[in-house]
Amino acid sequence: MLRIEYAYWLIAAMLVYVGWCNLRERRWPRAVFWLLLALLFGGGDYVLDTSKAGNALPAQWAGGAVVLLALLAPLLKRHASTPDTTPAQRMASALALGHRLFVPALLIPLVTLLVALLGAYLVFGSYRLFDPERMTLTGLALACLLALFSASFITRIPLHTGMAEGRRLLDTIGWAALLPLLLAALGEVFTQSGVGAAIAHLTSAWLPTDQPLVCLLAFVFGIVLFTVIMGNAFAAFPVMMAGIGLPLLIVQHHANPAVLGSIGMLCGYCGTLMTPMAADFNLVPAALLELRSPYGVVRAQIGSAAAILAVNIVLLWLLVFRP
Amino acid sequence: MTNTLIDQVINYWPLLGIAVIVIGFVLRFNAVLVVVTAGVVSGLLAGMSLPALLALLGKSFVSNRMLLMYALTLPAIGLLERAGLREHAQNWMAQLRGLTLSRLLTGYLFVRQVLAMLGLTGVAGAAQTVRPLLAPMCEAAAEKILPGLDDAERDRLRAHAAATDNVGRFFGEDVFVAMGGVLLIQAFYAQHGIELSPLAIALWALPTAIAAFVIQSLRMWLYQRRLQRLAALNEAA
Repeated sequence: MLRIEYAYWLIAAMLVYVGWCNLRERRWPRAVFWLLLALLFGGGDYVLDTSKAGNALPAQWAGGAVVLLALLAPLLKRHASTPDTTPAQRMASALALGHRLFVPALLIPLVTLLVALLGAYLVFGSYRLFDPERMTLTGLALACLLALFSASFITRIPLHTGMAEGRRLLDTIGWAALLPLLLAALGEVFTQSGVGAAIAHLTSAWLPTDQPLVCLLAFVFGIVLFTVIMGNAFAAFPVMMAGIGLPLLIVQHHANPAVLGSIGMLCGYCGTLMTPMAADFNLVPAALLELRSPYGVVRAQIGSAAAILAVNIVLLWLLVFRP
Repeated sequence: MTNTLIDQVINYWPLLGIAVIVIGFVLRFNAVLVVVTAGVVSGLLAGMSLPALLALLGKSFVSNRMLLMYALTLPAIGLLERAGLREHAQNWMAQLRGLTLSRLLTGYLFVRQVLAMLGLTGVAGAAQTVRPLLAPMCEAAAEKILPGLDDAERDRLRAHAAATDNVGRFFGEDVFVAMGGVLLIQAFYAQHGIELSPLAIALWALPTAIAAFVIQSLRMWLYQRRLQRLAALNEAA
């Protein structure tokens, strides 16, 4: 079976390569940073397995590695990526290859789509080709490999040049690549330290609970604010729901649970669009597109997010208290 | 549930972790360092032991490895860009007369939202589609309006392309019944004794999905008008 772990091992191999290149160029902090990350990716399953079996030591080592990565990150200066081809060379190649260039690029979404749709049917006896739990992501990994091979075939550029280009791009993204994982870990720490409960308690303590509109607004802005802080609506939703949504809006003011849950979650998504803490949606794209400001994408989104939030509030007010 | 929440003695000290985040981002310290520091501060103030905190950090870090999956797209994308993918996308856009910037972005938004509604969020994204295809096409479409785009405008345009991708994904996915968001809502209610079908929850995401489409399309049309006005000013000068 093609399991998601193979994709992690591929990433680990790529990180080793990136670290090795930096090692040869004597960029020590950068090299150690990527190699350490490679170790976490390659050893991740071991960490999860042992910690499930009750041995916390490897997980503690992994945590130590995460702290070390954080200490190394400020030493990684961001540098602009300079391709070693000239615009004229690339234009000539573009004119020569034409639409054929689109084929590998489109293979990435297309193969992912096919695996997501048809992967479940690829069963040979008791052998499943794809792990049903992580179908799309496994498909994406497979798509990336196919795209790389076909790109190399179509452009007649050797594979190792592709690896070197991938390394150049990853070095451009630098420590920002790590943020999504770290913020997810931070969310876990916040949850376990009771940050959510404290916030919900603080909000509900000050609320005039007999006013449905006030409760509704506190719920909505609570979700948005908490999402902005945590970078993830999924972390904010249960907290605000348990603090305000369920006891005040649903039990006391008879709000419709389906409407409240659905549109309430979407209010949280508006918060996700507004915050640098949602690094995988907001900071990583800025780095990938080589914007000069890491907050460029957030800035572009904030107008839409505010307008959609306003619509959500109106929708909630109109729909949620209808008997 | 609510009663225990109120009766418990609440420890407010872990909230200082949030203060670390805010101060760190405002003072523009390295974000990775800020985030890890915030986690350590919150965890220790909540009374976790250092080994337990490290284990929690390590475990949740490796459980979220799928968030780096986009790195696997980079070799293929880098190779294609070396061979002129962006240049070709721009050449092609320059030939398509009827395809304006706002039509391009609105079309992409529509496809992205529909795909997300079908549960196919991983199909497109900043690494998979925006950097190699959408952004260069947008740049070519903008060049048709305002030749000689400066760096600040180019950054803004690329940011709008990424924003359109995010909006399409976010406000499409909750219409799909088996998506994380809907299942989370259903699981929360089930835990508290309210049984809802995923479909009942997903349907209520539809009005917002339509509103998001209209709002984002309108903003992109306004952005295009802004470029047109800048071009008119340039011509007058």
